[in-house]
Order: sequence, then C-alpha cells, then structure tokens
Amino acid sequence: MKYYLEFEKPLEELETKIDELKRLSDGKDLDITSEIKKLEKKAKERRSEIFSNLSPWQKTMIARHPDRPYTLDYISLIARDFIELHGDRRFADDPSLVGGFGRIKDVTFMIIGHQKGRGTKERIYRNFGQPHPEGYRKTLRLMKLAERFRRPILTFIDTPGAFPGIGAEERGQAEAIATNLMEMSRLKTPIISVVIGEGGSGGAIALGVADRLYMLEHSVYSVISPEGCAAILWKKSGEIGPEEFSKAAEALRITAYDLLKFKVIDEVIPEPLGGAHRDPAFTAERIAETVMRALEEMKTKTPSKLVDERYRRLRKIGIFEEGVSDTQ
Amino acid sequence: MAWFKKTREQKIDKKVKIPEGLWVKCENCKEIVYKKEIEKNLKVCPKCNYHFRISAMERLDLIVDEGSFVEINPEVTSGDPLGFKDTIPYRDRVKEYQKRSGLREAIITGDALINGYPVVIAVMDFSFHGGSMGSAVGEKIVRAAELAMEKKIPLVTVASSGGARMQEGIFSLMQMAKTSAAIGRLKEAGILYISILSDPTFGGVTASFAMLGDVIIAEPKSLIGFAGQRVIEQTIKQQLPENFQRAEFFLEHGMIDMVVDRKDLKETLGMLIGHLSSAPQ
Ligand SMILES: [Zn+2]
Repeated sequence: MKYYLEFEKPLEELETKIDELKRLSDGKDLDITSEIKKLEKKAKERRSEIFSNLSPWQKTMIARHPDRPYTLDYISLIARDFIELHGDRRFADDPSLVGGFGRIKDVTFMIIGHQKGRGTKERIYRNFGQPHPEGYRKTLRLMKLAERFRRPILTFIDTPGAFPGIGAEERGQAEAIATNLMEMSRLKTPIISVVIGEGGSGGAIALGVADRLYMLEHSVYSVISPEGCAAILWKKSGEIGPEEFSKAAEALRITAYDLLKFKVIDEVIPEPLGGAHRDPAFTAERIAETVMRALEEMKTKTPSKLVDERYRRLRKIGIFEEGVSDTQ
Repeated sequence: MAWFKKTREQKIDKKVKIPEGLWVKCENCKEIVYKKEIEKNLKVCPKCNYHFRISAMERLDLIVDEGSFVEINPEVTSGDPLGFKDTIPYRDRVKEYQKRSGLREAIITGDALINGYPVVIAVMDFSFHGGSMGSAVGEKIVRAAELAMEKKIPLVTVASSGGARMQEGIFSLMQMAKTSAAIGRLKEAGILYISILSDPTFGGVTASFAMLGDVIIAEPKSLIGFAGQRVIEQTIKQQLPENFQRAEFFLEHGMIDMVVDRKDLKETLGMLIGHLSSAPQ
C-alpha cells in the first residue's frame, strides 16, 4: 500500500485504478492496455501539477513522509562494505544516530546520519529520529576517528530535533550539541552534509557544520518546527491547526530553495517527481554524484586551508545592520 | 564612551525588573521584602538568596572594574532577513525593544578590566527580545572572540537567553555554529574562555557558546537547559523532578564547574583569570 498525503489524494484514486486494471489485464487485452497508458499519462500530469506548486508546509509533509528514504536506505544504495560502529564509550549507544565506514565510488567515507524508524516498533526503537546526548557524542567519536585516518565525512540530516527529556538534560544535551558544533568546525578532514528530510533545529545542525552543505529538493531546514513557531505566535489567541502551521512554514523560509537563495546551502539536489521515495535509487545516485563532486573540489586543499575556509564560510552567515552609532 | 555613559545614566532612573512600590514579593520564597534592601543586596533576596534577573549594564557594574569598560560594535543591530511578521513586523518589534530597554541589541560587548586583568566581555540582556540570538548577537559574540584572540586576553560571556531568535529563521540557527566555531578557534589559540550562565539560559545559546566555556559558572537557582520545561512535559507526559534544570541540578550532573553567588562573582573571575594569566595591569 502506497501512502498518500492529503494533497496527493487526487492521485490516489487514479493510481489505485491503474493498479486494479493492471491486475485484471493479462497483457493481451489491448483495450485495457491502452486504458492503462491513458490513465498513467493523466496521473503523471496530475503529479507534476501538484509537485510544481508545493507550499512550504506541503514540503514539510514530504520531508516527513513515512516512506521517505532514511540514512540507512541511502547508505545501502550508495555505499559498499558499510560497517556500522556503535556507542559513545561514555553511556550508551543511541539508535537514532548511526555511523560507520563505507565506500562510495572507491572512497572510504565516515558516513553518519540521523535514523528514523519505519513501522511503530522501529520508530520507537529509533526514538523517531530524536537523539540523546550520547548519540551526538558517538558521532563526534566517529568523526574524530575519520579525521585521524584522513577519511572524509558525509553526514545525513533528518531529525525533528534533539530529544527533549529528563535524561537528555541530565546528560547534557546542550553541551553535546555545542561540542559537536565546535569540534566539527576544527576537524582536519573534508565534511559534506546533506539534509535528506527534516532539518530540525539544534539537533540537526549538530551534524551540519560542513565544507559543503546540500539539501534534497523537498527537504526542510529550520530553527523551529512550523508547529512550534505557530504555537508561540498564535496559541494565545485560540486553537491552532494546519492553517497556522502552513502560515508559520511560509514565514520561516525553510525550503531548499529559500536556503539556496540565502546562500546558506551550496546546492539543491533534485528529487524524482513525487519525492525521493518514488525512486530512492535515482535520489541516491544524485546524492552520490554531488558528494563525489564536492570531494573532488576539496581534494587538493591542505587540512589547515580546509579548516580556515570552513570557518570563513560560517563567519559570513548572518544579516545585520551596522549603521554609524548616532550617539557617539 | 559617550554612548556608555548616557546609557548608564538612563539605567539608573529605570532600575529594571522589580515592580514599582516600596515592597516586593520575592518570586521564589514569596516573602515580602523591602525593595531598597534587595537593591542594596545586588538584587538578591535577603530571605532566600534568590537572584533576580539583572540588566546587562547592572551585570557589567557588578563584575568589571569601575570605569574600565569600553564598548565595541554598539552599532551592530538586527536585520530582517526573512521579512518576518507575526502580529507586528519583526523590524517594529526590534525598535520597540530598543526604545523600551535603551539597548540596541540583546548583548553588549566590549573590553574591560576584572580585578586589574584585561578581558573581553560579552553580556546578554534578557529584557531585549528575551535575550534571543539572531545575526547581530552572533556577530557581536564572534567579534568579541576575535578581539580576545587578537589581544591574547580572556573572553568572558554572561548568558541570559531564551535561545535562538525565531524571527530570523535559519540565520539564527546558523549563529549557533558560527559562535561555536569562533570559540573553537579561541581555544586552539590557547585563550581562556569563561562562560557565566544566568537565569534563564536555554536553547540555541546553551547549545552553542554558553556550554563551551573552559570554566562554566552559574548563578544560584538559574534555570538552564536545552529544551524548555513545557516542551519536555508535553513530550514525556510526566512531572518534572524538583530542582530540574536549576543551576544546582547541572552542578550535580557534572555539567558546570560551580554555582557562585552574585556577590562573589567578580572575586571568583579574578582568581580564575589570575591562575591562567600574566600579572594584572
Ligand atoms: Zn526570596
């Protein structure tokens, strides 16, 4: 069973009918075959119509789509000989963050990413992709390991946010994120990050201090979720729902093209029509190409130049005014 | 210096936070206390040692040597990268805060002496947009860190913030990385960084420069954390333990070095810097 989002409903009927006809037809009945072709064309048109006009809130829905490929899906599609490594050596292993060595087109990367679960049981096991501090500490351990052996780092960002809980606070969620940000900014090896789904605030950026930052076409990256933003702005004046979330998503400017315009990311990686889950292999190939191109650009840079350029990239981000002080 | 003096005079007749009237009810112990007594006592409740929130200017008065503070980058103020508007446009909101607080942004940075030791200092002010960090705050922190590096003197920050400034979207999130990177460089250059956490310190500020101090000091009973209490309660659907996210809670869990009373803060800073610096000027 395919999962259809609310705004994809017009497609559901069409595609269910196509599937039905396909089941009925044995391939010999020419009438049915041509009917299928006609409907498929119509479905494709409808789909491109819907997808050429997505609102930021609809993009958020796609970024959170239950069928959307996750970190381990992409790893299995683009990396060979992947070996997952576990644990922060301090407290625990956090299944909402995964990492290990894997080879992409003959280069060994340290590949790290948030991992959401599929199905209720795995979703709970992965804590819905919301890491605890030990998760971030694991990723830092692995990144430092990569640095020691001069292996590039690839991170996949896909989280609603770092987990807000008692244990997370007790064990220093804020410190773990802050330390990742600081240490990543100094790592003497190339870092490439791709937002593949939800880039949820501090929990996302903790894997996102990079030399090159990309977003999949229908991913989002934001300081706060549209729901959180809407609650802060409008909860006082009554119940909030999709309309308010949609307004907040719009106001926050969270889409890949927004961030490209802001020069916060380097490129938008295209997705197949209908979203990454419609053709994970295609999406994975686009990611692999982009990553290898980025690595090629950094190949000749010395570690200190790399770190220096990474700092200058971050240093530039910010829009503020600097008028002459009127009281001096 | 002109700007500094002017602001300081304005501050005196404003006297912040504690409500008008001769008597004040302490938010913590609910005792009614004589207002003058609290003010004489560095805005600390004489009955329960509750530390009332203070402004950036009051904080500077408290920890730097008299007359030693010289502000840097006062002209750096918020832009409006998203064209954000909620009930009112973000630009107007910022102007309102500027008018109400006499400050230009949620942080004041400059150089100063602490017990004779030169430092670069950055102090946040919660009364300005909840002390939230947007591009201007991030930029001022980075410039302060860079100045400390250039002068080879310690950096001291005092945090008081609800977190990242939502109205600047992704730009405010990026300030977390930007400020943390600046602290990373500072540490690599061998410069001391002391972070003071005051009530409240949350979100993107805690999860960036504020938790990266070589030494981290918090004021008694300050609320400190990554996630806000309401968000945690809604997520885990259980009551939060007594003392949760207070300074003492973080001390107990090994996340900060010490909890220091306001009256001892300057002495503590002086001693720390003394251990790790050359002789005072
Ligand atoms: Zn009291």
